[in-house]
Amino acid sequence: MANDQLRRIIATDCGSTTTKAILIEYVNGEYRQTVRGEAPTTVEAPLNDVTRGVLNSVQELEELATLKYGKKITLIENNKIIIPSDGDRGADAYVSTSSAGGGLQMMVTGVVAKMTGESAERAALGAGAIVMDLISSNDKRANYEKIERIRHLRPDMILMAGGVDGGTTKHVAELAELVSAADPKPRLGSSYKLPVIYAGNTDARDIMTEVLGDKVDLIITDNLRPTLDNENLGPARDRIHDLFMEHVMKQAPGYNKLMEWTLGPINGKLTQVPIKPTPAAVGDIIQTIAKQNNIEVLGVDIGGATTDVFSVFTEEHVFNRTVSANLGMSYSISNVLASTGLDNILRWVPFDIDESALRNMIKNKMIRPTTIPSKLEELVLEQAIAKEALRLALVQHRDFAVKLKGRQQKREISEAFSQSTSGDSIVNMTTLNLIVGSGGVLSHAPRRNQTAIMLIDAFLPEGVTRLGVDSIFMMPHLGVLAEINPQAATEVFDKDCMIYIGSCVAPIGKTKAKAMALHAKLELPNGEVFDEKIPFGEMRLIPCGVGEVAKATLIPGSGLDLGAGKNQTIETELHGGVVGIILDTRGRRPFVLPVEASERVPRLKKWMKALDIYPSEILS
Amino acid sequence: MAQAYSAGLTVTDNIILRKERILPLKGTVKVKVGDKVKANDLVAETLLPGKVLPLNLANKLGVQASLINDYLKIKPGDFIKKGQLLAETKGFLGFFKSSVKSPFDGEVESVSVHTGQMLLREPRIPVQIKAFIDGLVVEVIPEEGVVIENKSAYIQGIFGLAGEVTGKLKMIAKDPNEVVSADQIDDSCKDRIIVAGSMIDLKAIEKAVKVGAKAILTGGIDDQDLKKLLGYDIGVAITGHEKIGITIVVTEGFGKIKMANKTFDLLKKFEGKEASVHGKTQIRAGVMRPEIIIPLPFDEKELIAKKPEMATLEIGTTIRVIRQPNFGKIGKVVGLPEKLYKVQSETLVRVLEAKLEDGQTLIIPRANVEVIEE
Repeated sequence: MANDQLRRIIATDCGSTTTKAILIEYVNGEYRQTVRGEAPTTVEAPLNDVTRGVLNSVQELEELATLKYGKKITLIENNKIIIPSDGDRGADAYVSTSSAGGGLQMMVTGVVAKMTGESAERAALGAGAIVMDLISSNDKRANYEKIERIRHLRPDMILMAGGVDGGTTKHVAELAELVSAADPKPRLGSSYKLPVIYAGNTDARDIMTEVLGDKVDLIITDNLRPTLDNENLGPARDRIHDLFMEHVMKQAPGYNKLMEWTLGPINGKLTQVPIKPTPAAVGDIIQTIAKQNNIEVLGVDIGGATTDVFSVFTEEHVFNRTVSANLGMSYSISNVLASTGLDNILRWVPFDIDESALRNMIKNKMIRPTTIPSKLEELVLEQAIAKEALRLALVQHRDFAVKLKGRQQKREISEAFSQSTSGDSIVNMTTLNLIVGSGGVLSHAPRRNQTAIMLIDAFLPEGVTRLGVDSIFMMPHLGVLAEINPQAATEVFDKDCMIYIGSCVAPIGKTKAKAMALHAKLELPNGEVFDEKIPFGEMRLIPCGVGEVAKATLIPGSGLDLGAGKNQTIETELHGGVVGIILDTRGRRPFVLPVEASERVPRLKKWMKALDIYPSEILS
Repeated sequence: MAQAYSAGLTVTDNIILRKERILPLKGTVKVKVGDKVKANDLVAETLLPGKVLPLNLANKLGVQASLINDYLKIKPGDFIKKGQLLAETKGFLGFFKSSVKSPFDGEVESVSVHTGQMLLREPRIPVQIKAFIDGLVVEVIPEEGVVIENKSAYIQGIFGLAGEVTGKLKMIAKDPNEVVSADQIDDSCKDRIIVAGSMIDLKAIEKAVKVGAKAILTGGIDDQDLKKLLGYDIGVAITGHEKIGITIVVTEGFGKIKMANKTFDLLKKFEGKEASVHGKTQIRAGVMRPEIIIPLPFDEKELIAKKPEMATLEIGTTIRVIRQPNFGKIGKVVGLPEKLYKVQSETLVRVLEAKLEDGQTLIIPRANVEVIEE
């Protein structure tokens, strides 16, 4: 039936700079992504209508599909996407995600920053928002400073939490009074009241209504922390999504029209499909991969302005998302330099460069964010900056993805936490099975080997870890498509979206320079055997293609650990990919690069040659 | 495809300009449709709410929050004077009273029986919006602001600092390649908008501030000079509120980059004329670029603003190269090949062929040019 109902699907992601459209078609008994188009996003001046960018990107789909099939394919008529399809005209569904205009921007409040405040932050992040600030009763700012802050933020909505059910209402009332005094206005337009979701102590609901009822659009939902032992993020997250559609999207230029266009068959009836915040859609896909394969997954989406990190760790598939709001490759590139320092960027660069020229290059990328590195040296520099942006984003994620302190917790959705003993991070690079990269610098790197080394150098995976990349950035599209057709989303994800790069093997620990760090015996699918005792501080690349598996016996050097314990041999299967199997004996915990350029640069060149990262002209 | 959308900046000696002048909050519009205004004329004003100061009245008086109303000497909405009694306990036999007085002139925002807090608000802050450009009021948005139109020579910069200023243009650089130094800046620059060439160094900027220049227009600026000038490194390009004593507009980018001939010649043509300039820049979410506006005489019939459109790349379009190699060079599009092209970095990209001002023809990624709109 699927092919009768959905032969052709259009999906768009309206990003802050570019609107990306993909066409998915039912071909020879399976769903495939066939063509891709893009156009500048038009939510802002001069056009102020998001649908113009959507139509331009879909028009590119139309042109490319026509070229591909040698016959006229029509997707647009009278400035509107044609739904449903009729032969070579139109599509059967159109779905979209959006992060245009800065995405969903929220402020959250909680009584205690590390408890209800953090729970509120998790609910907002899980819903795909950027959390502009967390205001709590104990955050050390004076009340007048909090009021000034709230007034100046102009979020799309506020999520207020605080207090367990039946607990004290005084602190919650105080936070409400601060919000009331600030009288915050919504970011997009002043013609409507700012939506405020209250998801705190049920006993304080009347007080909230009394203090805030007249000033804001107050929505009351279940307490997201009803007891200290329980986190209940689902209802708050659902309200955020409802309000995103009802309030925020309706205020953004052209979205009213776009919301009428997003249609798909649900239970056989053509129904409106809600527009999802882009990060929420990516988060859904990452969680699906983890659950379907029963693995731990770390996903990263590095954009121009922000870097999102998604993770699913522990046996309970605990999901976390963080947004590093000022780490990105264009708008925020200068902030990466400010955050990490020039030395940390230059440590990944295998040649000398004038510092002043590099600083000006970074600033020029900031003010002209859509440019691309044409010169090889500039590509190397951008990828060095990307490694640092990714590394810093993981540091932030690691700090956020922690166990709640000393509580037992019941949970029904994956945002909730297994609470055992402490605030330790649950991010564990040794047990991690798969890293998935996404975003321009990773998805569009000229060589996938470059994607591999960016992920490895930034995240330093330990033991055995599989690496993948979103081929052309379509995880958001598939995340929202899964809402109406999980089969199409899964098939396209497996066949066209996820590109497996290969596997990385990296012993944990440090040993002497020439001592053996890893004895790897690999039976490759072509019958060849790779057998080498690799000294410490080396990298090897063993070709092993997509869908291929090598049987491996991996013996760590003395005192080193491959995840099974010190000096423990592991027998495993290593998955290949477009790059292959990477053996990395440069050490973990600690991973150390020589400080002196005279020592470091030759090593970088040696590793880059071993992995065929860049053309030889720059490594000689 | 024979055309493609692209980033663009406008440099023109003649444009019908339409500017919205809107208050941050609703207020009063001071002009009406048909009024001719000068750049420094007031067009709308409002009062922003003052800062809020929370006072924990219950704590200060040592009473329960729920009983706080019993001790109040004022009520929410009252205007108050500094030192005025806000609340007082009865004490014991008229002695040992606790009292709280107002720390400033303002008004009482609210009093809470849940927390015992009183919120006081400082006096409202007047905000005035000026016309910024000489022109004609063509629309009044009630309580919010106005739309002004005029005919202008107009240049969009790529990056700027600080807010709106007006002043007469003064050329300092003799040619668009010149780096302007401090010894070229003197008292004759006072109240002027001065024009540099490919760069102006920090000492020259500081000298310009000292002599009272209103603004600097330059091709390039050095990243480290900018950092020293501001006292911090800019992480994200959202500017316009800097308090540095001068407005700066960069037309090309960071580093030493020759100002585009067309921009330089245009500024030179209007030397001595009054201009309106601001450095407000926002690259993301509501793109805003700095502007240089030189009002021209106009007939009201001429005021038909062009419908906004996205810049397009077509054969003959004037472009500026905005990334190395050849950063800053100007040329005309002579070809828009459809096939993807592998550049030195091995990236496969869509390209264009451009004939530069120096005569050479180059293949350049489309992403690495910006349209100079006329």
